[in-house]
Parts: sequence; structure tokens; C-alpha cells
Amino acid sequence: MTAAPARIAAKKRLGDTLFSGAALAAGTLILVVLAAVAIFLVAQSIPAFLVDPAEIKGSPDSFWSYVGPLVFGTVWAAALALIIAVPIALGISLFISHYAPRRLAQGLGYTIDLLAAVPSVVYGLWGAGVLAPAIQPFYAWLVDNAGWFPLFTPPVSGTGRTILTVAIVLAVMILPIITALCREVFLQTPKLHEEAALALGATRWEMIRMAVLPFGRPGIISAVMLGLGRALGETMAVAMVLSPAVIISFVLTSSQNPTTIPANIALNYPEAHGIGVNVLIATGLILFVITFAVNSVARWAVSLRKEFSGAN
Amino acid sequence: MSKRIEVRDLDVYYGTFRAVEGVTLTIEPRTVTAFIGPSGCGKSTFIRTLNRMHEVIPGARVDGEVLIDGNNLYGPGVDPVLVRRQVGMVFQRPNPFPTMSIRENVLAGVRLNNTRMPKQEADELVEKSLMGANLWNEVKDRLDKPGSGLSGGQQQRLCIARTIAVSPEVILMDEPCSALDPISTLAIEDLIEELKTEYTIVIVTHNMQQASRVSDKTAFFNIEGTGKPGKLIEYDDTTTIFSNPSVKATEDYVSGKFG
Ligand SMILES: Nc1ncnc2c1ncn2[C@@H]1O[C@H](COP(=O)(O)OP(=O)(O)OP(=O)(O)O)[C@@H](O)[C@H]1O
Ligand SMILES: [Mg+2]
Repeated sequence: MTAAPARIAAKKRLGDTLFSGAALAAGTLILVVLAAVAIFLVAQSIPAFLVDPAEIKGSPDSFWSYVGPLVFGTVWAAALALIIAVPIALGISLFISHYAPRRLAQGLGYTIDLLAAVPSVVYGLWGAGVLAPAIQPFYAWLVDNAGWFPLFTPPVSGTGRTILTVAIVLAVMILPIITALCREVFLQTPKLHEEAALALGATRWEMIRMAVLPFGRPGIISAVMLGLGRALGETMAVAMVLSPAVIISFVLTSSQNPTTIPANIALNYPEAHGIGVNVLIATGLILFVITFAVNSVARWAVSLRKEFSGAN
Repeated sequence: MSKRIEVRDLDVYYGTFRAVEGVTLTIEPRTVTAFIGPSGCGKSTFIRTLNRMHEVIPGARVDGEVLIDGNNLYGPGVDPVLVRRQVGMVFQRPNPFPTMSIRENVLAGVRLNNTRMPKQEADELVEKSLMGANLWNEVKDRLDKPGSGLSGGQQQRLCIARTIAVSPEVILMDEPCSALDPISTLAIEDLIEELKTEYTIVIVTHNMQQASRVSDKTAFFNIEGTGKPGKLIEYDDTTTIFSNPSVKATEDYVSGKFG
């Protein structure tokens, strides 16, 4: 046993070769597309970082004080949308997967899938035309009665077109995708583990906490990330609802609202020229970086308890 | 801490399909009772009625009485959750919670009743339960590792530890050794022998030697044909069932002439 035994080469079959080639090509393609987008963004953005800030729209002190409120608005609106949407999405998907009678569950499932297909312009119209006027009296009431709370500092917006309205519209938009994915994840919980919990004397809710949610954790995180991606990148709905201001403010009910990067691009792109275009593209690059960072954190969170994932 | 189980004229259904018909038997405390019979005769179905796990399946229901120390499990107002805390169950395939460590697995059932258990008390319970399941020496250095990282036999003993940690009155086991090697099987059989001093145990098995080794009494179930309900054919001391059964079908089955 001195010489290492020669490795026996696996017999190459046509199907295997084709499939591995196709998979490799698909994997490479996505990387190439991503790289192309990144290169475009970086190359087009460089002039914006070097330009005299006086030439940027609104004459800010620097590029960063131009993009700062936009970054804040983007992250704040998306975060609010997640805070609203995630608990509801989890509730609906658990209801569909574990509580509702079969018939009802199926009907609800279809409805949710349908909602996911509604174009965002429709949500924007609804937000600006229906939700904002309808919810304005509630904002007024909030500001009157809870104005001492920093999120509801007066004065109140007269139109109801505030960042909170945007967040609600975004929440409605991302609800279907999070719900649909979570429902699939929850339905995948092995019967074996559910029965193990029940046999220990768990109630339905305890069974869900013991077996369903922990098992679904990586899937829930992925679903939330997809929803967040959609909220961060949403253009039309935000642009239609908000009348933007250059401001960093947490207040939810005022008429002075920060806008988001995509909405800002959509609003300003038609009349932008020269360096203005580069500045807008640079804000796009920043959004790209934010999305990338958020996804990395999510990946890391999923991998944190990998050995406990049940994949083995 | 162990109780008598009396089953009276029990019919078990899946929707409209009657899977088991007319079972009447009494299981004494601190005994091991084995259920044997050909595949599909309703052993799993029947054993799951003893802790109300049967009704977890949509459309499944039961007709008749199961009394544990005189209290009907299926009486009005009986909470199945409380029944399952008294009557523990070990499944055919080992099913520790993959998202929990070994320690958390053992404590899973206990935490349901008592979330604020002091750490020291919890440690003692983990050690006692794992000792009770003959697993302590193998896992004591890796209690914080995932339960799914153990071998199949170890996982099954972990499930037994999890079951006895809540101190049930009765332990039901549905083919607990069918996925295990002979050594792990022997380990579990020894364990059953020890557990019998404290618990009433019911075990389903396809292994005749196992039934004769571990059980005091044996119930033979049979089925006339597909689509027909399973029935309890004979229920007697294990020695009688294996040496001198009174029904021809039992004799044929235990001697391997059919099924
Ligand atoms: N979930 C279910 N829905 C409908 N019918 C079922 C279900 N589970 C079992 N049955 C039927 O009930 C009958 C008894 O099945 P059961 O699993 O109790 O048999 P068993 O004696 O445990 O068999 P085995 O020895 O193979 O485990 C079978 O006819 C089976 O098809
Ligand atoms: Mg079975």
C-alpha cells in the first residue's frame, strides 16, 4: 500500500455532462449580469463623487449630504413596511398552513398569490387616492393625542401623504410574497416533528413554536429578505404617494417626509442631464450597496445556527 | 406513577373507513404489553388512540372508551393536551427536534409546563432522564450539540429521554427499534426492562423475539383482507401466546406460517 490508488474516473454520461454544463452556464450568467450592472453603476457614478456639489440639484454641501436623506428615507420606509408586514404575513401563513380548514386555506392561498401579481402603480394609485385621505383624520387624532411622542410630533400633514402611508402601501405590496413563501415553508415542516411536539403535550401554538417556526427560520429570513428587497427598490408607489422634502426625520405623520432613492430617481430622471444623471446613478449605486449589505447580514444570520437547521 | 388502561369496545375510523373494530382489553400497571400482527392490521392506529394522537390526523375519530385509572380519555371536557402529558409516545422513526440541542430536546416537554425551571434543577433533570434512557455517558460532553447529530439508536434513546423527562404514567412505543441495528435494539430492550419498574409500557413490534423477550402480555391483531377493519384476535400472557395460543390464526402468525 505505498502508491496511492489511482482514482477511478466516473464514467461520463451525456445527460450528466449536459446538465452540469447548463448549470454552470446559468450560474456564470447571473454573475456576469451582476458584474455588468456593478461596473455600469460604478463607472457612471465616479463623476458624481468628484463634482462640485454646487452643481447638484438643491446645491447641497456635498454629494453625501444630498444622498444622506435619501438613504435614510429608503431604509426608514422599508423598515417600517417590514415592521407592519412581517407579523401579519407570519400570522396569515400560519393560519393557512396550520389553522384554517382545507377549503378556506386554498382560497386564501390563491388570493394571496393573486395580490402578488398586482402592478405597483395600482398600489400607488390606491395609496395616494384612497388610503391617504382616508387615514388623514387618524393621523390628526394621533398628533393631537400623542403629539408628545417623537414619532407623532406636530404639525400633522393635511393630505395624509406621509412616510407612514408609504410604509403601509409598501407593507401591502410585500405582504403577498412574504406570506406565500412562509406558507410554503411552514407546510414543509416534517409531520414527524409536529407529532413529536404534540405527543409531548404541546398545544397547537406550542407545537408551532417548538417545531414549525424554528424549522422554518431560514425560510422566514429568506422570505423577509425578498420582501425587503422589493420595499427598498419600490419606485412608483412611493413616488406617487409622497411629496418629498430633503430632510432626515423619524416623524411619521408630518408633511415633511424624506423620500426614497428609487422614487427620487424616478421623479428626477426625466429632466436630468449631464452630471445630474451621474448623481442619480450614484444614488442607485448606494442602493445597490445597501441591498447587498442587508442580504449579507441575512445570509450570516441564517448560517449562524446552521448545525441546528435540521438539514442533516 | 403507573396506571391501568382499560379499553372498552373501541372502534377507530379514518373518515368513513373503519380501521380497527371492537377492541376490548385491559393493560395492568407496570407491565410491558406487546402488540403484534401483520402489516396494516391497525396496530399503529390503535396505539395512537391511547394518547389521543389519532385525532391529529384530519377526519380521524374514535368510538368507544379508553379509561386510564377509571377516567375516560374520550369523556366530555377532557383536554387531549393533558392526556398526552400523561401518556408519552415514542415513534417508529427517531424524531428529536433538529433545531434544538440535546439538552433542549430532553427539556422540550418539561418547558411546556414549567418555563421558569431553575438551571440547576434543569441540569439534574437532563442528567436523570438521559441516565434513565442509557444515553448519559455517550452524550454528557456534548449536551449543547444538535440532537440530530447523534446516531439513529442514540436519537431514539434521546426521544425516550425526552418522553420520560415529563414523568408520564404510560409510555407508548410504536416499533421503536425498527430503524435500529441489533446492538441499539438490545440497548432499548434493556431500557424497556428497567422502565417497566416505573411505567406502564405498550410496544408495537414486528419482531417476535422482541415481543417474547420484553413483554409480559401480548395482543395479536389481525385483518381479514384489505378494506376490512383490524380486530384484536387474542390477548394473553406472552408465554401463552407464543407456546400455546388458543386461536389458530395466532399460532400460525407467531410460528411464521403466514403474514
Ligand atoms: N392517515 C391515514 N388515513 C387513512 N387511512 C390510514 C391512515 N393511516 C393508516 N390508515 C389505514 O389504516 C389501516 C391500519 O393502518 P396502521 O398503520 O394502523 O397499520 P399497522 O398495523 O401499524 O401496520 P404496520 O405494521 O405496517 O405499521 C391500514 O389499512 C391503513 O391503510
Ligand atoms: Mg404501524
